[in-house]
Amino acid sequence: MKTRHSSKSVRNPSQLRSMRMFAPLFLMPTFLAFCIGFVWPFLQGIYLSFFRFKTLRFTTFVGLDNYKQAFADESFLRAFFFTVAFTVISVAIINLAAFAIAYVLTKGIAGSTLFRTIFFMPNLIGGIVLGYIWKMILDGVIIRFLGSTLALNATYGFWGLIVLLCWQQIGYMMIIYVAGLQNIPVEYVEAAKIDGANGRQILWHITIPSVMPSVTICTFLTLTNSFKLFDQNLALTGGAPFRQTEMLALNIYQSFYTSTTNMGVGQAKAVIFFVVVVIIALAQLYFTRSKEAQE
Amino acid sequence: MSRTSDISRRTRTVNRLLTVLFSVLAIVWILPIVIVLVNSFKGSSAIALTPFQLPNADTFVGWQNYVNGMKNGNYPFYLSALYSLVITVLSVALILLCTSMAAWYINRVNSFFCKVMYYLCIFSMVVPFQMVMFTLSKTADALQLNTPLTIPIVYLGFGAGLAVFLFNGFIKSIPPDIEEAADIDGCNAVQTFFLVDMPIMRSTYISVGILEIMWVWNDYLLPYLVLDRTRYMTIPIHIQFLQGSFGRVDYGATMAMIMMCLTPIVLIYVLCQRHIIKGVLSGAVKG
Repeated sequence: MKTRHSSKSVRNPSQLRSMRMFAPLFLMPTFLAFCIGFVWPFLQGIYLSFFRFKTLRFTTFVGLDNYKQAFADESFLRAFFFTVAFTVISVAIINLAAFAIAYVLTKGIAGSTLFRTIFFMPNLIGGIVLGYIWKMILDGVIIRFLGSTLALNATYGFWGLIVLLCWQQIGYMMIIYVAGLQNIPVEYVEAAKIDGANGRQILWHITIPSVMPSVTICTFLTLTNSFKLFDQNLALTGGAPFRQTEMLALNIYQSFYTSTTNMGVGQAKAVIFFVVVVIIALAQLYFTRSKEAQE
Repeated sequence: MSRTSDISRRTRTVNRLLTVLFSVLAIVWILPIVIVLVNSFKGSSAIALTPFQLPNADTFVGWQNYVNGMKNGNYPFYLSALYSLVITVLSVALILLCTSMAAWYINRVNSFFCKVMYYLCIFSMVVPFQMVMFTLSKTADALQLNTPLTIPIVYLGFGAGLAVFLFNGFIKSIPPDIEEAADIDGCNAVQTFFLVDMPIMRSTYISVGILEIMWVWNDYLLPYLVLDRTRYMTIPIHIQFLQGSFGRVDYGATMAMIMMCLTPIVLIYVLCQRHIIKGVLSGAVKG
């Protein structure tokens, strides 16, 4: 995480004492809600992943059995590889497209502001609504020209999800890249021009290295967004056909809430999911941060 | 001299071409929304058969889809919209008030407990919702946090991480000297926070508020699992319900309700675009 907790704490003892008097007022509401909404469910979730249960009243300790079952579950593994493939492709497309659009928009072409407004707009739409908008449109195209539907063909489902996510997120990432590009000091580019650098050299040796912090943020956001995708997946394909387009989050949801004999497996899957997300986040930050430091 | 004017003329031509290209791209970009708008005035079978045609005399149904969507089923849409509004307003207000106070205290006092809470907040941002969804919905049930008036507490809990982090990022830049001055003038901590810091943080409140509004308004799974579903729905739940229910799907009503859901968002976006983009950028600092 970028911002270290560099605090300007209060040093004046009397002031500090008067502040501590109000600690319950300042901290308690957030702290209590945080315990209810995060800390307790999180701990209980880890605990329950070692139990067989259908309701919380009857739980049986089964050790690592749920984890074994999760890894033996074919649909879970398929969802994992589907999610990985989806994430790799969507991260690549979204970031390349967002950077390209941001690059052109910061060149000062006519109508930049209007374009920015339009490209960003899909981001305001929620996942469920997005899913149904694109289901109607893509099915319209697929039925007419390809003689199938999203629900019948997993390949169309996969690319449909990619199209949907690109439409939603390119604008968001574009905004971040635009900010990054605008922060590049004009002197750098001027100096390079005086030294006789051409447009492509400036792009590769000045522009791209200078926006590495934006690249870090955008890849982090697109990686975790794609990997954790749920609403869009549920609305667009719902996993059809035969759970072939199920991503990890939806797979976990299904093992909790559809015809389940043991919710512990779902909870074990959720823990595995959580660990994978944390590993991806840390690895990605480590990787791009070291890149940034080199520049 | 002539060389530079050549180059600038070439750049101008390239820029003009780019403007044309981007205009086409922008039209493609808003096309999905236009198609939904057009379809919301067509009959259900026409939407399924010819989704890309403009309505004609046979397929045009006027406001019928809107009327049907509003009152169809045993659960009227306006109730869902009302609950969405109540939940969003209350949750965001609660999150802004409580987390800004907590972030300020954490930053200024910086005791061991404060540090623990701060790092827990950062940690919570990486945890996927699926990890806690089952246990969170059970906890919320047990504590009766399953109504539109109480679910804001759940939102405060699950959304605290990002909000505390964002507020903390801004509070760091406020010099404590002015608070010391307020202390000398006889303000206690509460007065200092509300009279000195809160006005300074105005734009941060707007940015964080917009991020939280976009989250809560569009959120599907959390309210779906936490709310007492027999009595309360939100807009995303309602739209999922219109589509996902067994039997005949009313495409017309779905298109109309999607438009009802989009219109306020787009209006707000057009009105306060600057703030929204600032909110996005302040949220992007995370990571």
